[in-house]
Amino acid sequence: MAAVQGGMVDEKEEVDIKTEPQSDGFVNTNATDGRQLSPSPGSSSSAGSSKTAAGAPEDQQTLLAVLQFLRKNKLTESVEILRREAGLPEDALDSKGVDCGAPGSGGSAGGVDGLDAGSLLSRVTVSSSAGTPAPTKAVADDQPDVSVVLSAYSQQGDPALYKVYYSDLKKFIESVLDCHRAELSQVFYPLFVHMYLELVYNNHESEAKAFFQKFSGDQECYYEDDLRVLSSLTKKEHMRGNETLLDFRTSKFVLRISRDSYQLLKRHLQERQNNQIWNIIQEHLYIDIFDGMPRSKSQIDAMSGSLAGEAKREANKAKVYYGLLKEPEIELPLDDEDEEAENEEGKPKKKKPKKDSMGSKSKKQDPNAPSQNRIPLPELKDSDKLDKIMYMKEATKRIRLGPENLPSICFYTFLNAYQGLTAVDFTDDSSLIAGGFADSTVRVWSVTPKKLRKVKSAADLNLIDKESDDVLERIMDEKTASESKVLYGHSGPVYGISFSPDRNYLLSSSEDGTVRLWSLLTFTCLVGYKGHNYPVWDTQFSPYGYYFVSGGHDRVARLWATDHYQPLRIFAGHLADVTCTRFHPNSNYVATGSSDRTIRLWDVLTGNCVRIFTGHKGPIHTLAFSPNGKFLASGATDGRVLLWDIGHGLMVSELKGHTDTIYALRFSRDGEILASGSMDNTVRLWNAAKAFDDLETDDFTAATGHIHLQDNSPELLLGTYMSKSTPVIHLHFTRRNLLLAAGSYAA
Amino acid sequence: MAEERRQKQCSVTLPTESMKAMAESVGVGQLQEESCVALSEEVSYRIKEIAQDALKFMHHGKRRKLTTSDIDNALKLKNVEPLYGFQSQEFIPFRFASGGGRELHFYEEKEVDLSDIINTPLPRVPLDVSLKAHWLSIEGVQPSIPENPPPATKEQQKTESTEPLKVVKPGQEEEGAIQGKGQGATAPDGKGKEKGLIRLKPRSTHELSVEQQLYYKEITEACVGSCEAKRAEALQSIATDPGLYQMLPRFSTFISEGVRVNVVQNNLALLIYLMRMVKALMDNPTLYLEKYLHELIPAVVTCIVSKQLCLRPDVDNHWALRDFAARLMAQCCKTFSTTTNNIQSRITKTLTKSWLDEKTQWTARYGCIAGLAELGPDVIKTLILPRLAVEGSRIKAVMEGSVISNIDKIGAEHVQSLLLKHCASVIAKIRPQPDTVEQYRTDYGYLGPMLCSHVIKARTQAALQAQQVNRTTLTITQPRPTLSVSQSGLSGSGGPRTPSIIKVPSSLTLMSPRPGTPSQPSPPATKYIVMGTSAGTASTQQVITLSSSQSASPVTSTVPSGTSTLQPLVKVESGGGPGLTASRPMQKYIVVSLPPSASSSLEPKSTVLSTSVSSTPLDTGIKLERSESPGVSTQSPH
Repeated sequence: MAAVQGGMVDEKEEVDIKTEPQSDGFVNTNATDGRQLSPSPGSSSSAGSSKTAAGAPEDQQTLLAVLQFLRKNKLTESVEILRREAGLPEDALDSKGVDCGAPGSGGSAGGVDGLDAGSLLSRVTVSSSAGTPAPTKAVADDQPDVSVVLSAYSQQGDPALYKVYYSDLKKFIESVLDCHRAELSQVFYPLFVHMYLELVYNNHESEAKAFFQKFSGDQECYYEDDLRVLSSLTKKEHMRGNETLLDFRTSKFVLRISRDSYQLLKRHLQERQNNQIWNIIQEHLYIDIFDGMPRSKSQIDAMSGSLAGEAKREANKAKVYYGLLKEPEIELPLDDEDEEAENEEGKPKKKKPKKDSMGSKSKKQDPNAPSQNRIPLPELKDSDKLDKIMYMKEATKRIRLGPENLPSICFYTFLNAYQGLTAVDFTDDSSLIAGGFADSTVRVWSVTPKKLRKVKSAADLNLIDKESDDVLERIMDEKTASESKVLYGHSGPVYGISFSPDRNYLLSSSEDGTVRLWSLLTFTCLVGYKGHNYPVWDTQFSPYGYYFVSGGHDRVARLWATDHYQPLRIFAGHLADVTCTRFHPNSNYVATGSSDRTIRLWDVLTGNCVRIFTGHKGPIHTLAFSPNGKFLASGATDGRVLLWDIGHGLMVSELKGHTDTIYALRFSRDGEILASGSMDNTVRLWNAAKAFDDLETDDFTAATGHIHLQDNSPELLLGTYMSKSTPVIHLHFTRRNLLLAAGSYAA
Repeated sequence: MAEERRQKQCSVTLPTESMKAMAESVGVGQLQEESCVALSEEVSYRIKEIAQDALKFMHHGKRRKLTTSDIDNALKLKNVEPLYGFQSQEFIPFRFASGGGRELHFYEEKEVDLSDIINTPLPRVPLDVSLKAHWLSIEGVQPSIPENPPPATKEQQKTESTEPLKVVKPGQEEEGAIQGKGQGATAPDGKGKEKGLIRLKPRSTHELSVEQQLYYKEITEACVGSCEAKRAEALQSIATDPGLYQMLPRFSTFISEGVRVNVVQNNLALLIYLMRMVKALMDNPTLYLEKYLHELIPAVVTCIVSKQLCLRPDVDNHWALRDFAARLMAQCCKTFSTTTNNIQSRITKTLTKSWLDEKTQWTARYGCIAGLAELGPDVIKTLILPRLAVEGSRIKAVMEGSVISNIDKIGAEHVQSLLLKHCASVIAKIRPQPDTVEQYRTDYGYLGPMLCSHVIKARTQAALQAQQVNRTTLTITQPRPTLSVSQSGLSGSGGPRTPSIIKVPSSLTLMSPRPGTPSQPSPPATKYIVMGTSAGTASTQQVITLSSSQSASPVTSTVPSGTSTLQPLVKVESGGGPGLTASRPMQKYIVVSLPPSASSSLEPKSTVLSTSVSSTPLDTGIKLERSESPGVSTQSPH
């Protein structure tokens, strides 16, 4: 397996090099470079925003500005590449650089003239590159990252005027046309936060408090959690080490605003000479400008709510191979017995054609699927093949679900768990249940008559006839048979648990910072994967085994292989705890949900983030991929289920109904029904097929990402089943589409 | 509202006094005020930070309650040594004290002798985690089995009966609410109209499954049958089973028809059984009876005021039934009276009207007064007290006249004791001291002198009570005395089912623990020890049943008794109001009542005993009274 790993690393590097020249990657690289090299992030923001804003003539100016910036920072190689890509002549920069520098310096001096976006940009470029304040730089050089980040707040304004500025802007935005108001209102929250932080940073405690009290009520209710954190932060000393604060600072709050609205805002600020606000907008906000109709309030509300604003549009542009991998061709001895039975009944050939059609379907390569060996997958063992055959057999007996044909639900209640049940998982064939408990134990139950047995001791194994056919049966120790087994090893509550697809292993992640791999043959711990150091909230095996992913309080998700004690990939980017992790059915992608109220999709091969979904208003606690790999469902503390189209990077639907945190989501085996389980003691069934059918996939929506959500949750809700004070924390569809639910009875 | 809350969030900090106290506790004597301020701000911030982290652990622990372990884990995240030894799964009982304008919450730490801990036997090992499967839904339909919640919750039943237009199908209620919320003010009109058109009340079918029919049959038979143990179980089942919603109409009809028939036949025992069924139904926390009051209330009122309830009115204790039914009525009024149905005022009117009627017999008169008196001190004050003088003269006429029949005399006696019992406590509250007999006579006529002595007794008793409470700090008031033991675990889920409390061999005991009555100022918890000696049976058992609503399960000990002719029976019931005992002949009862802190019970020949009965920690005075005393509901006719 080591070879597998090596291969993967090589590929990654290769891809890295390939992506570098692309414009997206390029801008990103620069943004980070800029941030590292100069403490003034204004330059990188201008580069980013201008790029999206740029029309044809402005494009060149932008490029020139970027080139200028690069040259200033002595990134000659990048300069070369960019110039080559853009097809600019060598001297273009020298001649035009002066041109755009001139109005720019005028702009920074006067600051009032109504410039168009291009010249505005160059003004920023020039002023930021020329006017990098020397003292800040000195501070930045010898202090850790935090103070660099904070120092941006050091600029002084009259603290008493902050309120005036803010209410001035408020008045303006309330007075603009309705169509712009909703869009511009987005600015309130980030502005509020940054102004407040600036006041706190400059030791104007009472002004800060007054500011907070006056305007915190205006903010959207879904920011309440963050406001609570902010409200407790009233001193400069508190800012050091406060994670929420760092998130605001290190990441720019992303807003999507239509060009018209943006122009309005800009004009207003310039007329009023409201430099304080303008500076904040430039330094701490990333305004993603688009052409076209301004969005409505409901459209904006649907997408906002995350810790750092919406996702940038480029963030969701990368191609995702969401198709399923081709199933390996397995000779199906499937119908042997069935056919015999049918022969007896005199209908011999009924099943044959059906089987063929199934086979041909799986042979055809899905155009959206990644290539079979995009990431190296473990080879199928004989036992896996047997299992696949079992699976297919069961699949033929599967019930077709639909609105008229709802699944039966079997509820597994954990009794006497004293509120200590923290995680549950079922094996794919539904033969075993594992529970993670707050008392650090992991328990495994067999729900079939087949009891759990350990392998015999080494001495006894020597006595076995290794050639016999039933050797697998003989190695088991009949004396140890029992319905459940307890696994001891963790030293903190077990928050995540996952069976391997072959049912030989079990993963558990715990508060103690480790992920443990247990053998279900010996019922002992095999490996403890250390790396997170902080509580690990969730872990899951890849659908093909071998790989697994874990995510925790340290804000990163890690991809591991069972035979490596160090992670293969670290997915960093979330601004708060990674609360749940899920593998895509094709094992090429990993989805993570976080307390920063975003969902990210990561490419396992490159380690890049390929999708960012925003729209939840609370920490996300569960994710589920649809069986065809096209869609993702997510559930959060806000009690809503959101459905996402992975290929287009769009929100598809919003399912409202739960009244408390959703801890479990699962699609039925054919993807028709989505089941959700929640802290409010209910299991709800949703018509997933209908939700996906209603999806608007016209080009405009796909291009802009502006979706109109219908409020049709009541129509999509197919059933609500109340349990008796038992929160539902896990759901699972058996291969025949029986829904299993699990939770612990709360007395 | 949100504004207010946020403001609060912003400003809450620990008081500087706390800083000083903490500094002193670690040996820093003098702390500058400024340092205190700085410290308190810093500490408040850190505490908030830790609390926010602890919330994460709560969410991941899939709980709604924040526990101490969450705080420990949050501290660990910050690399702070957690506080060891403060593990508590459930809530920590903070005590609240206020005085001098300051409020204080503190954790009561008792000193525990180590040897006590060592010597106590180990508790039972808690049950291991186990897994149980049941069908939550079968092809989209939720089966009604004990493991699933009842099809309609109490709230639903309530809205269904009080606001019939809002009826929603079970399980879709939140959806409707959310829908309204989601659309805000924009669109609900359209949908509302649409619904308005089809808003005909759907006809609901009441089909009972075979199991339910069987259950109904068993329960009703047990309730009116002859086996007391079976009846107790049946009543327990009615009072606790969550799945009775479907059968409620049948029970209601059963009771109403039963009362109708048995009143005519003067079958006292059956009427009592039926009233106990009403009681059990009302005690069931999953049922909302509003829709069936039209059947139940007439039945109950019949049992209060009917002219004759038994075959031998001079001997049988039908008074107890009247008292019991009156209490039920009061409970009904408290629970279900709304501004639209006006139950309480209607009942009050009816009772007053028949009380005022000259021709009303003493039995019915007794019922009316009992019914009114149970409605609370306010009703007593406004309706009964003004009529004391009139009633007194009527009683006088009976007592001192010679021509009147024995039945009337007994009736008058009962009415008199009833009036004394209920009025004394009220008068003790509203009338300033001193209590002079003359004054009372002028105010209340014939009953004045007796009333006066009762009031004095009530006052001394209240004083004594207060004193004792101060001395021992033993709280006797118990939150909600109930007959039924809390049902633990999913029924049928293997959790141990607690046995029913009522274990009364060969005696009929009607207990009515008064439900939590907020409007009743006198504390409802009186402890009664009912000692009965029956000479007739030859059982050799001494049964001591102690029940207290605080402990989850009753302590029952069975001791073989030496004498074979006696069957002493000691019961300690924690329940408000006088324990109501109707008994067979040949049994003697001694009622020892532990009066609650105020003067709710007022009996004449009481003596204060300082013995503690059996194993109960009864430090308070124990009043002993003979069963012949007229004020008590217990009677021992021979």
